Parts: sequence; C-alpha cells; structure tokens
Amino acid sequence: MSEPDRPKADRIRWLLDSEGAQIKKNTRLFNAQRYDAVEAAGPEQYQAYRSQARGIKEDAIERLPTLVERTKRAVEANGGTVYVADDAEDARQYVATVAADCEAETVVKSKSMTTEEIDLNDRLEADGRQVWETDLGEFVIQVADETPSHIVGPSLHRSREEITELFETHFDPEESLDSAEKLTAFARSFLGERIDDADVGITGANFVLADSGSIALVTNEGNARKCASLPDTHVAVAGIEKIIPDVESLHPFAELISRAATGQAIPQYLSVLTPPVDTPAIDFDAPDISGFGDSDAERDFHLVLLDNGRREMRDDDELRETLYCIRCGACANSCANFQSVGGHAFGGETYTGGIATGWEAGIEGLDTAAEFNDLCTGCSRCVNACPVEIDIPWINTVVRDRINRGEDPGFEDVLVDGLVPDDEPRGTPLQKRFFGNFETLARLGSATAPVSNTVASFAPVRTLMESVLGVDARRDLPTFERTTFRDWADARDSGSNSDVNQGPDPKSGLNRRVVVYPDVYTNYVQTGRGKATVRVLEALGCEVVVPAVGGSGRAPLSQGMIATARDRAESVSETLAPYVAEGYDVVVVEPSDIAMFRREYEKLLSPADYGRLAEESYEVLEYVYGLLEHGAPADALSAGHGEGVAYHSHCQQRTLGLERHTEAVLAELGYDVTTSDVECCGMAGSFGYKSDYYDLSVDVGDSLAEQFAGASTVVASGTSCIEQLDALLSPETRHPVELLDPVEGVSG
Amino acid sequence: MSTNAVQEFRKSLSAADVESTVVTCDGVDDALLAAIERPAVGAPLPFDDHSLSGLPVTVDPSPSDVRDAVTGVTGSRLGISSLGTVAVESRSGGDEFVSLYPERHVVVLRERDIEPDLSSAFDWLSTEFEAGRESLVFATGPSATGDMGALVQGVHGPETVHVVVVTDDE
Repeated sequence: MSEPDRPKADRIRWLLDSEGAQIKKNTRLFNAQRYDAVEAAGPEQYQAYRSQARGIKEDAIERLPTLVERTKRAVEANGGTVYVADDAEDARQYVATVAADCEAETVVKSKSMTTEEIDLNDRLEADGRQVWETDLGEFVIQVADETPSHIVGPSLHRSREEITELFETHFDPEESLDSAEKLTAFARSFLGERIDDADVGITGANFVLADSGSIALVTNEGNARKCASLPDTHVAVAGIEKIIPDVESLHPFAELISRAATGQAIPQYLSVLTPPVDTPAIDFDAPDISGFGDSDAERDFHLVLLDNGRREMRDDDELRETLYCIRCGACANSCANFQSVGGHAFGGETYTGGIATGWEAGIEGLDTAAEFNDLCTGCSRCVNACPVEIDIPWINTVVRDRINRGEDPGFEDVLVDGLVPDDEPRGTPLQKRFFGNFETLARLGSATAPVSNTVASFAPVRTLMESVLGVDARRDLPTFERTTFRDWADARDSGSNSDVNQGPDPKSGLNRRVVVYPDVYTNYVQTGRGKATVRVLEALGCEVVVPAVGGSGRAPLSQGMIATARDRAESVSETLAPYVAEGYDVVVVEPSDIAMFRREYEKLLSPADYGRLAEESYEVLEYVYGLLEHGAPADALSAGHGEGVAYHSHCQQRTLGLERHTEAVLAELGYDVTTSDVECCGMAGSFGYKSDYYDLSVDVGDSLAEQFAGASTVVASGTSCIEQLDALLSPETRHPVELLDPVEGVSG
Repeated sequence: MSTNAVQEFRKSLSAADVESTVVTCDGVDDALLAAIERPAVGAPLPFDDHSLSGLPVTVDPSPSDVRDAVTGVTGSRLGISSLGTVAVESRSGGDEFVSLYPERHVVVLRERDIEPDLSSAFDWLSTEFEAGRESLVFATGPSATGDMGALVQGVHGPETVHVVVVTDDE
C-alpha cells in the first residue's frame, strides 16, 4: 500500500477507504469504554480528580523553572544525571553520546511520543546501532516504516490481517502468524531476545516527580518495565512539562489517565521508579551464575528533559494549556472526524487528534498545524473528555486565527475586501471569510429571495462557488426565507398578524418575560422553529419579545476569525444587556449559539458581561423543561401518543449537558424517544460544505443516519444536524420544539 | 481488615483475570505448591513469618533459571481491594525479573496489607517514599496488548497471575 500524492480531498478519501474502518472500530471502542469507566468511577468523583489534576498542572507549569531545578537536584542526589535539551538536535546528540559511551550495539525502547518527536531512532541507527521498539504497536509501525496514527495506539489503523501480511512478508517465519495470539508470541520472542541483549534501554515518562527524582510509566504490556530494568543504562526522555511536584500529586493522574485513554480503571502496570533501582543488574552473558549472573555493573540513569518549544509555549497565554496534556488520546477518540480518518490526516509530525494542533504549532510551527487544523470543527466533544480540562477547540480556533493572519495576502482579498464586513486582516483565506460572514450572506439572500435561492441553485453558479470558494456542489445550500423570523414577530406585535399573542397565562402564574434570540439560521433560514418557539413559550405563560440583535459570532469564530467574533459578541451583549437588566430570560434556539453564550463568550467578553448573559440564557427545550418543572401546563402544548421519535442532540449542546432536557420534555409529552449516541453529525456548520471535507462529512454523517434508519419522526436541535440529516436520511427533519407547537405541532 | 475486604479484593482480582486462593498462615506452603507450575524461581518474601525455603522455588536464580522458569513467586506488601492490584517492588532479590519473565506470576499477600482503593494505596506509597522505598510497580492482571488486532494476554510479562491471600490470625 503506497500513499498517493494528491490534494487534500483525495488523500482524505484514500484514508477513509484504507484506514477508516479500523480507526473507527478502535477509537469508538476506546471512547465507549471511557464513558463506561467514568460512569463506574462515579461522574462526580471523576470530575473531582479532573479539577485536582488541572490544578496541579497549572501550578507545575507556573513553577516550572523551580521544578526543573528540584528534579535535577533529586536525580543527581540519587546518582543519576539530568540533561535539559533545548531542542530536538540537542536531545538526539545527548542520547547518542550516552549510547556511544557504553558502546551500545542494541538499544531497546518502550513507547515514547517524545522520542518520536525528536526522531531519535534515525539518529541512533545512523550511528550504527540497532534500535528496537518493544511496544507491539510501535513495533508494527517500525516494521511498516509508518508514523503513529494515534497517541496511545500508534498502529490502530492496521487490522490483524494486515499485520499478519506485514510480518510474514518481513520476517518470513516458519509458521503462519494468522492470529493475534501467534503475532504476539512471535513479537514477544523476537523482541525478548533483543531486550536481553540490549545495552541501553530508553523509555519515556508519563510523569516526572520533582521531589524524589522519580518517573512514572503507564503500560499494559510490561515492555517499559523491562526496558527500564534490564539494560544497565536507562535513558528516560520526557518533555519538561511532564514534571509534577511529588508522589502525592501523582494520585489524581493515576486515577484519570487509563480511564481517559482506554477505559481501564488502572493500567496493567503503573511503574513508579526512582533510579537507580534496587533491582540487581542481570547478566545474560553469565547464564548459569546464580544471583542473576552476579553482575558487578553499576546502574546508570539519564533523564533528558526536552524543551523544543515548550518554554515558549509556557509564555504563550493561548498555547500554555497544551502543556497540561497527559497524552491520553481521549480528544482523538471522542472526535467524530478523527474516528473516520485517524491521525494520518488529523495529526502533524508527531502528535494526533485535537490537542495535536497545540503541540504541533508550539513544536513545529504554524505551517505544520495548518495542514490539519481545519479538521477540528469546534464541536467540543473533546472538552469533557479531556482529563485535565483543556479547552482544545479554543486552542484550535486560536491557531486557525494565527494561520489566517500569517498567510500572505493574495488577490482574493482585493476581491472581497468591502464585500465581507469583518475585522480580519488581509490574508485570511477567501473561503473562511465567505463562511465567516454567513450572516451578511443570509441577510442579502433573504432580502432577494426567492431569486437568491434560484440563482444559488443554478448549476453554473455552483460550479463557480466550488472553484472559487470551495463550496461543494453536491451540497444543497440553505434556502433563505423572504419573511424573516423577526419580520414575522414584528408583524404580530403590531397586531397585523392574525396569530394573537395570548399574553401571560393566568393559570401558571409564572409570568416570565423572555427574549427569543433570533440567531442567523432561525431568522433567515429555519424560521419555522423560531415561530414554534414563540408559540410554545406563550402557551406556557411567557411574554415573548424578539429584538433586533445580530449574529452571535459563531460563524466567524469557527473560521478562526476571532476579532470579528469578538465584535459580534460585544454587539450581542450590548443589545441584550438592557433586557437582562429588566429581568428577561434569554432563550436560544440554535445550540451552537447557546454554546457561544455559555462557553466561548468567556474568551470574548469581559467577565461581567460574560457572566450576566451566560447566567440568564437557556437553550429552548431546557427552558421549556424548567417551565414545566415549575408548574406550567404541559397540556397547552401539542403532545404525542407513544409514537417513536428519533432525536439527535447537537454536539455543543451535549457538551453543555443540555440534551437530556429535550429528552425529558419529549418523554413527558408522550413520545418514545431514541437518542443517537454519535459524537457529531459531521456537518458542523460550514465544514460539510467544503469540497475538501465533503466525503469525510458524509462518512461521519452516515453513522448517524444508520442509527436513525427507519425512524418515521426525526428531530434534531442544530441547524447543521438538520441539514445533514435532511441530506442523508429524509428531508423532513425538524427541531424538537416544532413537535410541541400548539398551532403547527404534528406528531409524526 | 474484615473478611469483606478479602472478598472484595478477590472479586476485583477475578475481574482482572487473576486467580486467587485464601489460606491461613499454616496453609501458605500448600497453596504455593498447588499454584506453582515448575520450574519456578522466586524472590525472598518480604515477611518475617513466611518464606520460600522448603518449596521447589529457586531463589537468587541464574539468568538461565529466570528464562526457563514457568512460574515466578514474589511477595507483595500491598493489595488494592477495589482494583485487584498488587505491588512489585524494586528489591535486590530481583522481584522485578521474577515477576516479569516467567509466564506465570504467583503473589503472596497478607490480608492486613489490603488497602481499600487507589487513594489509600497512595497514602501508603507516601509513607513508603518517606521510608526511602521509592520504586515499585502497581500490577493489575496479566500483561496484555490489543496491538495485534485483538486482546491478547501474556506479552512482555506474565500470561497468568495467581494471588495467595493469607488471612490475619484472630
């Protein structure tokens, strides 16, 4: 199997075909096991460990220079050596010298992403030494001459059959290796001999304990135990960010790391080693001498602490969080895009998955991060998965923004400057500005509908959009409504609409005053869900207003246009503040916008402005749930009669824990609800429209469509999800609030 | 430590694919004889009242003994009830090799050394660190890998693990 040298879309298609099935199977298994492990540990207890671990990492990175010194003192007091390597070459040179000093013929390694980062094997081999990866996953990719496709499972893109073929071709064994057991036995014996002969053992370190000069290693196979104890010389290579203060601070990480990575409560082997260890040296050249060969060799320990860009990351307010990463791979496993293409697309030189953007930007530079950064759609499913609470989508957004700013301005900017009213610098790619300014497009599209819709669906226009903007011609574009949601609401307020505002319901006595936020999609495209929201809230006794307020900034933010997003956020905050001050609650239909208010606005607004809006904002079904809980009359709403409803919540909504409110309301109203368990629909705003990612988007969406095959009523909370389900399943997907609509609500 | 703790520990061992037997002080030798598959090597047990002397277990083995052994016997001063974990300490008796090379690892553990969970095990570890004993492995179940396309036990470490729990005298 050789890789083609083709553009991005072709490469993604190739990976979907060649590696997708295996990646999907393995990452989804890890992901499902993580959920089970968190449940078994108790979500509250697990969260307590997350907070604790986060605090330890924040503090350790803050005090890093001190901790490096403490580590040095402790390791040296124990008789070992610490070398702080400024960059990859510095680290390679040091390890090469250690290997040369002990005239090593054979070097054995346990799994270490940090040594992958510095391409250590190439250097040692160039010096004429044999280097063997002893972790079986690393061994597979060493034999295959590939790069890791996953931080934890470097070879998880390969099936058993492929490994059999690889090994039989490469090693020409006497017996067939046609099972996982035979492959494992072969590798154990092959590597076992090399470990016994090895002169130097190289390991990574999951954690370094400053006070005692210890390292902690997390493994399942036992190879790290051997690499660290068999050869007389042990070199541990770790990023400087791996240092934590002491053995006590290791505890929360020990609780978290394997649960987050593979769903194990604890790894098979958690080694805490403080070299030189008391385990005697073993001398296989004296096979029959008791006392392990009675060797008089002295144990030698070297700890290489690698900087390679990390100290700069520490000084970078936006990238610093990356240094808290414990390399568990949960962000990859919980990522719908990663589940489809794996780390050979969603990864850089060394690191893979969502957090790889931070690592690669800090270590290699923006160019490397730019190659895969767009695969993060900001769906945020990794946010709760991360055991150290890193805001991985934010890191991706920041890096995208920097990439936008770093690119050379092209002629495209001349074309669109002035047409797209954003605050972005010249250089921001045209496609990003097109999607980032969706609000303007929607306003124009609505004002000129239905002509705009006809023009936009005209084949030559679509061809042009594809070639200039990269908008895939296979996607249906949103159909803009001539009468916007706000137009409709204004007309009702002025009494010109036959649909009468019933005012607060005296029965419920709730008398809530509500602002329904007219998000861009609800206002210009899916106006029906806005109207349903108003009628549902009024039926439950609320006084509803739909003020003139602009887009939340979600669209520009997803394109890495942070300045524009901040501008939008400030405008929304300013417009809504007086309502909030007067006691209005803010109800949001579009889940990606309630996620803006509650999550991303923290980065875009002052703490006071953010807090005010976040506290008073609700997702629509969350709000309905609250009203019903407080005694609002459920019988004022359209109800079901036991029929099945297939419900896909929205990725960002689920991250906020808001899908269960919709489930509860639909259940209370008599529906039999089945909720999807895929992480994301794959559409993710503009992502699925982009030609480069169309195939990937459909591949991700197919998993959702499979779960809903045969469902007669399908509802979804997000605009993107509805578009994806309409395209893949049936063109009748609605927002759940439309089922509740006392006027238009129909069940199935 | 109550009998419940032993039961809980055995349940966790079983979930981690580890066999176990529970014996009184007098029954240790018989239990080890039954659990050992020969040839066997061992590291001196870290207990005053138990040893491997008199058993068909080679202590202070040669490298060949270590390679050829089917069973390795070590003693653990820690068990974790909620996880089925035992400790393999770095000791001059070579516990690390004895517990890694042979395909079967047999562990002797006293009931009084069973901690309820990882949290209390870390409290214990802190005390160990203070005493200058700073290298060990928390071992849970046999060595395992999923890297060859399916879960396989017995990779670079043991394929089976058996724990002999010695109850406390009343």
